[in-house]
Amino acid sequence: MSAPILEIIGLKTQFNTRRGILTAVDDVSFSLETGETLGVVGESGCGKSVTALSILQLLPRPMGKIAEGKIMFQGTDLAKAGLAAIRRIRGNDISMIFQEPMTSLNPVFTTGFQVMEPLRKHRGMTKSQAKKEAIKLLELVGIPEPASRIYDYPHQMSGGMRQRVMIAMALACRPKVMIADEPTTALDVTIQAQILELMKQLQREIGMTVLLITHDLGVVAETCQRVIVMYAGKIIEKAPVEELFSSPAHPYTNGLLNSLPKTGSHHALKPIPGTVPSMLQLPSGCAFQERCRFSDRKCLEDPPWIEIRQGHMVRCWRPMEHY
Amino acid sequence: MQKILLQAIDLTKHYTAQDTGFGSSKGKVRAVEGVSLSVKKGEVFGLVGESGCGKSSLGRVLLRLENATSGKVFFKGRDLMSLNKAELKKFRRQAQIIYQDPYSALNPRQKVGDIIAEPMNIHGMGDSLERQERVRWLLEVVGLHPDQAKHYPHEFSGGQRQRIVIARALALQPILLLADEPVSALDVSIQAQVINLLEKLRSQFELTYVFISHDLSVVEHICSRVAVMYLGRLVELSNRNEFYTNPLHPYSKALLSAVPTTDPSFRRHRIILKGDVPSPINPPTGCPFHPRCPEIQEICLKERPELKNVGANHWVACHLYGNG
Repeated sequence: MSAPILEIIGLKTQFNTRRGILTAVDDVSFSLETGETLGVVGESGCGKSVTALSILQLLPRPMGKIAEGKIMFQGTDLAKAGLAAIRRIRGNDISMIFQEPMTSLNPVFTTGFQVMEPLRKHRGMTKSQAKKEAIKLLELVGIPEPASRIYDYPHQMSGGMRQRVMIAMALACRPKVMIADEPTTALDVTIQAQILELMKQLQREIGMTVLLITHDLGVVAETCQRVIVMYAGKIIEKAPVEELFSSPAHPYTNGLLNSLPKTGSHHALKPIPGTVPSMLQLPSGCAFQERCRFSDRKCLEDPPWIEIRQGHMVRCWRPMEHY
Repeated sequence: MQKILLQAIDLTKHYTAQDTGFGSSKGKVRAVEGVSLSVKKGEVFGLVGESGCGKSSLGRVLLRLENATSGKVFFKGRDLMSLNKAELKKFRRQAQIIYQDPYSALNPRQKVGDIIAEPMNIHGMGDSLERQERVRWLLEVVGLHPDQAKHYPHEFSGGQRQRIVIARALALQPILLLADEPVSALDVSIQAQVINLLEKLRSQFELTYVFISHDLSVVEHICSRVAVMYLGRLVELSNRNEFYTNPLHPYSKALLSAVPTTDPSFRRHRIILKGDVPSPINPPTGCPFHPRCPEIQEICLKERPELKNVGANHWVACHLYGNG
């Protein structure tokens, strides 16, 4: 196995809310191996996006802060890095794509200007150099007639094109790591297929490492090598992608897979009963116990983080018996 | 043969594009173009397509929430466009709609009980006591607790709010429900709960659904027939099993192949379409799909293919099929 490029150790991110301190991410640890695509899945509010925002110190201030933990990248702890240091890394070594291509671009600047910005800031290019490079990047991400499109404002582009511009910006400095937070959720399936294909191709070409955050299990199955499943702020399962889908170990993961309509089968779906508990009033022990078919008194205690197979970890007292 | 409940004939809906105020000329958004279809009693009719294909506009015109530009809609054999105010109100009792976003569909300042009772007040159904009883019963039907009638919408999660929206839609004992992306805003585990609820209600109350969605796996699960829209037109119409095993239109094929699946044995050969959906203000000449079509022929540039029956209730609008 190759060396980890990014390592997150015991990350705990909290928000100050009117109703008290909310721990959105609780003791999350994982490492990102060079060149891989690691998927983080979970439903709304499970902490997957907050984990991503924590990595680049993009949490809303002053409510959000990293309370504990380390984020190690090339020998620096990003959790403790100063603003100047983190700015050198953002968009340069580690870049990020967000879900909403409509709101992530600045409406009053041309798309060309926005793609040129990281080139000029991080790579010290002159305006004309940056312009040439921006045209190349837009061509790389499949924007037709990039030489005239750089003068377009975001509103003149479709959703798919805007997401391509976002990717071009994120790629501008040939980052080592790209964090993609629901990059295709706002897009139609045919455009989603284009963007995912593009990301795979670019990854092969420039050897980038990708952290893909999504709620779509199908997208994960088709793009990632390893997957992390989060529930109520914690990682509850971590496995190679085929193994997660063929033999999920956590009852929650199993429930998620059973909730999906299956191709070629029209049996009633088996949903997970109930709803996600409030993050302000989590039960003691396992956060999933109230919705779990298998829970018993033991689940009132914190479940152990156990390895059931090489590379397959689960946080549960009684993992699914698939073995 | 099942009876036809809802029928559209050559339905067209154009909107006037807003003048931007910067001197650009007004155009017409051709949201729905010459759509004919019929929905049989008791079936779940799926309407799929990508954003901007006109599926929601079609839904609104089908229920006469908006007037069509041209064409006709028949509900139980009566022309909806010719109804007067009183007759239209009567029609509204029989056809209800469920929207995508349960957060904006409920008035935050009304109690859930009042929200569900409102259609009954408007239509003068029963007295106040009977209505209250019915609200409690409806809440139970959709899987909530009757006492929750006293709560406000913000006290509920997204899935529970969608249950409230469904209860309200059922209040008037409709026979037709139009569900416009009813589960798209919900998380996977909750989505499955609401889909199961919709299926249960359909058999319990003998409802007919028009189910609008962009999610092809959900449509496969719940619908008995599927219609695919592209740029305001129907491009394919077929039974569910036929459609999913033997899609004919190149657009349907690409759409199905683009759905990411967790089951490798069902993975299709992926067809990646070039480019974006063209603007419905200026649709391409000939076949609306020709600029993106991987199987384009010369004729596609000039002539628009009509929806043709290619056997076994399978209809497709494409020059590749049914010539001669």
